[in-house]
Amino acid sequence: MPKVGLFIPCYVDQFYPQVGLATLRVLRSLGVEVEFPEEQTCCGQPMANSGCGEYARPLAEKFLKIFGKYDQVVAPSGSCVSMVRNHYAQWLEGWPNFDHLRTNTFELCEYLVDVVRVAKVEGDFPGKVGLHMSCHGLRELRLARSSELMVKPFNKVRFLLSQLQGIELVDLTRPDECCGFGGTFAVNEEAVSCLMGRDRIADHEKSGAEIITGFDASCLMHLEGLIRREKKQLRVMHVAEILERARLS
Amino acid sequence: MSSRVEASGRDAILASLRRNAPPASPLPEAPAAIVYDDPEKQFAETFTSVGGRFVCVASLADIDAKLEKLEPYTQARKVASLIPGVGRTIAGVGRTNVDLAALKDPHELEGLDFAIIAGEFGVAENGAVWVAGSALGPQRAIFVVTQHLALVVPADQIVHNMHQAYDRIRFERPGFGLFISGPSKTADIEQALVIGAHGARSCALFLVG
Amino acid sequence: MIGHAEKAAPFAANEPRAHWHDQALWFVRLKRDRQAESIPEWEALREAAAAIKAHTLSRIADYLEEFERNAHANGIQVHWARDAAEHNAIVHRILADRGITRLVKSKSMLTEECHLNPYLEARGIEVTDTDLGERIVQLRHEPPSHIVLPAIHLKKEDIGELFHKELGTAKDASDPKYLTEAARAHLRQKFMAAQAGLTGVNFAIAETGGFVVCTNEGNADMGTSLPPVHIACMGFEKIVPRAKDLGVFLRLLARSATGQPVTTYTTHFHGPMRGGELHVVIVDNGRSAILGQETFRRSLSCIRCGACMNTCPVFRRSGGYSYGYIVPGPIGSLLAPLRDPSQFASLPFASSLCGSCSDVCPVSIDLHHELYAFRQKLVENKTVPLFKRMAMAVMTYVLARTWAYSLAGRLMRWTMPRLPRALVYGPWNPWGRQRELPPMPRQSFRDLMKHDLNNEEPK
Repeated sequence: MPKVGLFIPCYVDQFYPQVGLATLRVLRSLGVEVEFPEEQTCCGQPMANSGCGEYARPLAEKFLKIFGKYDQVVAPSGSCVSMVRNHYAQWLEGWPNFDHLRTNTFELCEYLVDVVRVAKVEGDFPGKVGLHMSCHGLRELRLARSSELMVKPFNKVRFLLSQLQGIELVDLTRPDECCGFGGTFAVNEEAVSCLMGRDRIADHEKSGAEIITGFDASCLMHLEGLIRREKKQLRVMHVAEILERARLS
Repeated sequence: MSSRVEASGRDAILASLRRNAPPASPLPEAPAAIVYDDPEKQFAETFTSVGGRFVCVASLADIDAKLEKLEPYTQARKVASLIPGVGRTIAGVGRTNVDLAALKDPHELEGLDFAIIAGEFGVAENGAVWVAGSALGPQRAIFVVTQHLALVVPADQIVHNMHQAYDRIRFERPGFGLFISGPSKTADIEQALVIGAHGARSCALFLVG
Repeated sequence: MIGHAEKAAPFAANEPRAHWHDQALWFVRLKRDRQAESIPEWEALREAAAAIKAHTLSRIADYLEEFERNAHANGIQVHWARDAAEHNAIVHRILADRGITRLVKSKSMLTEECHLNPYLEARGIEVTDTDLGERIVQLRHEPPSHIVLPAIHLKKEDIGELFHKELGTAKDASDPKYLTEAARAHLRQKFMAAQAGLTGVNFAIAETGGFVVCTNEGNADMGTSLPPVHIACMGFEKIVPRAKDLGVFLRLLARSATGQPVTTYTTHFHGPMRGGELHVVIVDNGRSAILGQETFRRSLSCIRCGACMNTCPVFRRSGGYSYGYIVPGPIGSLLAPLRDPSQFASLPFASSLCGSCSDVCPVSIDLHHELYAFRQKLVENKTVPLFKRMAMAVMTYVLARTWAYSLAGRLMRWTMPRLPRALVYGPWNPWGRQRELPPMPRQSFRDLMKHDLNNEEPK
């Protein structure tokens, strides 16, 4: 029985604990042995994103120290997992356990589809849902085919959600345009960031979505911030929160 | 700048390039490329979609009759043909009235309304026609100065894709050659497509055979 | 230093105009998608293009010498320029030696990079840009805002007004067909009167000593088939080894740039016109230094298609001028700071790193990875402001210590809901200008897990 370390991004820990709980519940419902190592803090993405690689290094080392002992690591976040898989090598190449960590850290949906091999998602979720395909999960982890790439279409997230009874995943005009969060970009280029976010929201609205969902709470945080400022009626939910209401097998 | 300065510039650049050269990597071949069930049909569709006018004829002799149906041709006052026997009315009275051999300078082409040129082959994937410099006559500017253009291409000379095209081109060296795919155009004003920019305002293609 | 963010803000603030610009370019991206879909081997072509460029760059000096040999055999004169100054001097000398004062130009980003136009104009040479979009911005005395669609930032009414003033078109006329017709007549006069034509080079062929120029308008062909002197300027990276390699690039170029299967004219020059001269100027201007940088050398593969600009959600909503460089967008955000890191330090940060550019690039440049790497380069060289680096240092101090992180989190979640709204959403809070802050729950996930460990059974 593989021992799974639950990796909860810092902003999920602080602002969206229910997403962490939902992730935990989904994994436990499938009989996964999950542990939450409470020493964890942050993967270091804000530093790395700002070019301050040397400030990300101690966080990468801390992460390896904490998670290196697990068979697998799962997180409800595409960008944080991408950080570990695609960017940690810069500081941790050659370190003991790093290679194992790099190849066994997963975003939640890909873990369910590729590792646990969930085939059935049963339950009701009536409503019109807009799926936001966050960029790191999409183009770095390849959770789905990006609209730019001319390859056979696939979407691991859609595979899980579409099986729910009553759910209507709306067709967006731009299926995978960036929401504008981009980490420190959200603050450094606030004007463009918010215009991008408002345009995403408008696309979801026009397509009839009542709920916007995604696998990265950071993007959802940005979109929800805009929605709540403009007092729009849309709800925002992480996919873990939708999946915790279902029976997976 | 003197040629001595240039020579040292050349040496400096080449030395810098060798000093900074990345590690060796192999030169690949092109991937297997699309072939069409009906390349002629594909060519016709693509040529038309880029704004060209596609006409099938059985032989060169049939072109004149078709030309007489084209407004740019019937309205043309100055017509030049680089294909012997093409561009005369059915009655045998020549409509081509520009003696290209007599022109001393490409500027004298100004005012040319209609030009008829031979294309060596067509490319199905993109509606392009290879026109070798030798097919342009003494003044190569003819293909771009003319207000309207007609290309004549043999029907058994349609290749499927650009890889096949480059397999068969033999560059005249020194020389000139180009692919023409339809009439000139621009979308520089608010992305609105306008056919007829600086080159030919229309491009007809006669596929012969 | 005014960077991208400061210039982008007013552009984005004019929402109707920003949306119009965004829609226009998104439309080109969609056309690109349709063309790419029609080629089953599209991704294999992108891979081949990347590999051809990588191979070429690894032996580029040899290929340039081969090109020069073969070009000479074709009667082409080959010049070499180490930098912009040498390039401009060479072009000027060719013209001045022949008493040429009227030059027509088709698109060349290289000549923009070298600021050739003002150099020649200061020396008494009339330079007419003949691509319609470039002529428009030339008449407006402004730079192009996109490398393929130079006037994409202008509405037809703007152009109508310009042509009324400069070309005498009817007042308030803005029909694109009518305006294009006026430009055709006006530029034809320039073509006819020109004494030399200058073009860029899309691809130069080492094997045959020739080069290729692609246009839809026919302006490069008109400008080089009427006057007897043709000067073609190229960065050395435009070279390809064999004629057959053109098959790969020409299948990718127009489809990526404008969503067409091919440009109207794909002209192969292998020698001067009868009685004419053909000159090629090969330029370095900092490119060989980029070649030596492992992380950034793939940016030299760029074939200047502009697809990255069309797909970039930031470019579409900020416009080419916010980049302040002749090549904007994702590729420009690398090329500009590679040329001048301090002047263009903001550009690698003018990106959400979404990666769409890397997925559309026909030569598979890992654009967003290079942008990320460039940020680190800027910080290492201390080109990023001190206070930003200090802020990150403080964050790391806290995040590296679990107790400090937990405490900071708890403090934040306790304090924020108790502060007056005007204080929370003050000018110090850029997040809060147009967005609400995230919720501040009483308990964090780790707080809840303490309960879980104490009260709940694990399964």
